[in-house]
Amino acid sequence: MNEKITALKAAFPHTIPVLTGFIFLGTAYGILMNSKGYGVGWTILFSLMVFAGSAQYLAITFLTSVFNPVYALLMTLMINARHIFYGISLLDRYKDAGRIKPYLIFGLCDETFSIVCSTNPPEGVNRNWFYFFITLMNHSYWVIGSAIGVMLGSIVSFNTNGLDFVLTALFTVIFVGQWKTQKDRKPAVIGVLCSVICLAVFGQSNFIIPSMIAILAALTLFRKAYRDQIKPCGEKESLQ
Amino acid sequence: MTLTPVQTLIIVLAVSIGTMVTRFLPFLVFKKANSDSSYIGYLSRVLPYSAIGLLVVYCLKDISFKSPARWLPEIISIACITGLHCWKENTLLSIGAGTVIYMVLVQFVFT
Repeated sequence: MNEKITALKAAFPHTIPVLTGFIFLGTAYGILMNSKGYGVGWTILFSLMVFAGSAQYLAITFLTSVFNPVYALLMTLMINARHIFYGISLLDRYKDAGRIKPYLIFGLCDETFSIVCSTNPPEGVNRNWFYFFITLMNHSYWVIGSAIGVMLGSIVSFNTNGLDFVLTALFTVIFVGQWKTQKDRKPAVIGVLCSVICLAVFGQSNFIIPSMIAILAALTLFRKAYRDQIKPCGEKESLQ
Repeated sequence: MTLTPVQTLIIVLAVSIGTMVTRFLPFLVFKKANSDSSYIGYLSRVLPYSAIGLLVVYCLKDISFKSPARWLPEIISIACITGLHCWKENTLLSIGAGTVIYMVLVQFVFT
């Protein structure tokens, strides 16, 4: 039990930016759901079971048009395709998570991924419980935020314009932090460049999957270039 | 509500399943991958950096160069966050200050 409390205490400070962002974005989502006639129950169900901001915002359009679950499924796959990258990135970190592993994967939203992939637990803190509490707290903020939104309904007048930038700020800080510590900056440059080029070419609603393909292609090319060199740099070498 | 409760429930399931497929797929497909030497192992070491890059661009996808109000607040705030984070290396300070700067810019400067 003590082990868990230590992990919870160590995890909490890392989730504060997400707390701010999710209470706000979740509230905005709840207000929107309320305006379409959906109550606390439905909203909480969505936030509990989906836990993906962009897909849930998009899902409001599925709820307010002709019933088409196949279209809803396909659009969700498209908009959340970036999560596939998160899974591949965390194969190692989540390798020994045991029975909490399914929940860790279930809760792998953008924000949880960005913290987990850039944070190691402090000395003496159990790694798996540390990641578990980051995931659980982020999930709770999202559910609580959306419930607050429905209950506030249309009473609130919005003077919080721009507060959602807190999540952009979080990702930027993680990017800068990675930039300063990584030896090889090509993957970061590839990520930004491919995405910017695809955004310019394919437009804001269609650029994610082309960006992912471009990133994979560029990373694969650079791996070949590495192997042609005498010593692969930045790669663990096996002794055999 | 335009859909019946049962239809709504099916939509919840569809969106949930769609999301979970994207989250679970890598863990199911690459269950046995040798992360030290394989191609997937290589990807799992470099992708976190590329993925955060993609995520930053994704957040900024709505900026437009048609009017300064649609891109200057973002660029100024990102520059401040980067500068502040290189200088102080305090995550919450960088995020907090960057967000406040952005809010002031969109609420009072570029209205």
